[in-house]
Amino acid sequence: MRNLFIFLWNNRFFTVFLLLGVFSLTLLSTSYSYHRSLRFNFTSDLGGSVLSTSADISIYFHLKNENERLLIENAFLRNQLSNSFLTTDTNIVFKDTLFQFIPAKVVSNTISMQSNRIIVNKGKFHGVEKEMGVVTDNGIVGIVIGVSDHYATIMSALHQNINFSAKIKGSGQLVNVSWPGNDYRFALVTDIPAHIQLIKGDTIISSGNSIIFPEGIIIGTIETHHRRTDKDLSNAILKYSVDYNKLHHVNLIKNMMKTEIDSLQILSGNE
Amino acid sequence: MNNIVVKNIARFLLLMAIQIFLLNKMNFFGYLNPFIYVLFIILLPLRTNKLLLLLIAFLTGFTIDFFGNTPGLHSSATLLMAFLRPGLLKVFFGRIEFTQDEEPGIIKLGFFGFFRYAFILVLIHHLSLFFLEVLSFSKILIILENSLLSSLITMILIYIYLLIFTRNK
Repeated sequence: MRNLFIFLWNNRFFTVFLLLGVFSLTLLSTSYSYHRSLRFNFTSDLGGSVLSTSADISIYFHLKNENERLLIENAFLRNQLSNSFLTTDTNIVFKDTLFQFIPAKVVSNTISMQSNRIIVNKGKFHGVEKEMGVVTDNGIVGIVIGVSDHYATIMSALHQNINFSAKIKGSGQLVNVSWPGNDYRFALVTDIPAHIQLIKGDTIISSGNSIIFPEGIIIGTIETHHRRTDKDLSNAILKYSVDYNKLHHVNLIKNMMKTEIDSLQILSGNE
Repeated sequence: MNNIVVKNIARFLLLMAIQIFLLNKMNFFGYLNPFIYVLFIILLPLRTNKLLLLLIAFLTGFTIDFFGNTPGLHSSATLLMAFLRPGLLKVFFGRIEFTQDEEPGIIKLGFFGFFRYAFILVLIHHLSLFFLEVLSFSKILIILENSLLSSLITMILIYIYLLIFTRNK
C-alpha cells in the first residue's frame, strides 16, 4: 500500500491527469445517446442568464425580419378564428386543449458541432419539462433534454442522436428523419418503402405517433431521392424548412395528456 | 510574480468573453467553429507548476462547457492539451533557458517557433474535441476536415489577437 502511494506521488502529474480525465469523460459519457442525455442535467440558471444578456443585444439586429415573420403568423392564425368563417361550420368542434405552446427566446445556439444544443429562456417555472417538443412556425426544432428553474436545454435537430418519427404528407407513409452531421441545412430520411418514389419538393411532416410532437409539424422538403431496387427500404436527402442559423424565437409544446399516456404505457408494460 | 497572476487572469477573462459571446455565436463558412480560448493555456508561464497547469486547463475547459452546455467535452480536450504541453516544450525548445515568469510567446520562441508550438497544441485540442464529440470512426473524415480547418482559423484568430494585445517594448 505504501509503495502504491509512493508510486502515485512520484507520478503525480500523470495521476492528476488521469483523475481529471476520468471525471471529464464521465461527464461526457452522458451525451452519447438521447436517453442518457435526459438523465443528466447540465442546464443552469447562471449560465443561462449570462448568455441571455448577450442574446438580448444581438436580437436587435434581427427585429425587422422577426416582425415580418410574426405578421405572417398573425394573419395565418386570424384566419383560423371562428369569426373569420362566413357561416358556422359544423366541422369545427371545440375540444379540450391537447397541446399548449410556450413561447421562448433562444439565448444560445450552435450549428457547427455534431451534437448541437440550443438554450432557451423558459424553464421549470414556466412549466417546461424534459421531452417536450420544440418548434417554430416554420417547422420542427428539437426536443428538451434539460431544464433549470428559468432555462431549458434543447437537443437540436442538428444533433447526432436526434430521430424524428415522420410521415410523407399526402400518402401518410411512415419514415424516420435523422441528421447525418455534415451540413446544417440537410437531414436524412430513412426507411422509405421501396414502392414510394419521392420527388423534389415533397413535404415531410411529423407523424404524431410520439407524444412529443403533434401531427403535421413540417420538418422539411425532399431534395433528392434515389430509389433502390435491391433493398426494401431506401433513403432520401431532406432540406430542413427551418434555417437553424437564424433561430431567435421558438415555441415549446406541452402535451397535456403526457402523464396519462405515460401511466398507460407503464400499465401495459410498454416502457 | 503578482503581476503575472493578474495578467493571466485578465487574459483568461478576455479570451472567455471572446469565445462565449462572439465565437460561439459565429460560424465561419457555415460549419467551422474556432476555439481561441486555448491560447490561454498556450501562453501560461513556462515554468507553471505542472499540476497547477492541469487544474487550470480543466477549469478553463469546464467554464466553456458550462456556458455551452457540453458536459465534459471541452474539459477533456483542454486537459489532454495541457498534459502534452510540457513534453512538447521540452522536445522543441529543450535547449532554451527559461526564467520563472516568461511566457512561451513570439518574443521568447520566435515567430515560427511559437506558431509551430501553438499549432500543434491547437490541433491536438481540436482533434480530440471533435473526435470525443462523436466517438465513432465512421465519421472520421468529417472529424479530420473540421478539426484541420477549424485549427487554421483558430491560428489566424490567435495571430490577430496577438497583433492587437502584444505591447512592443
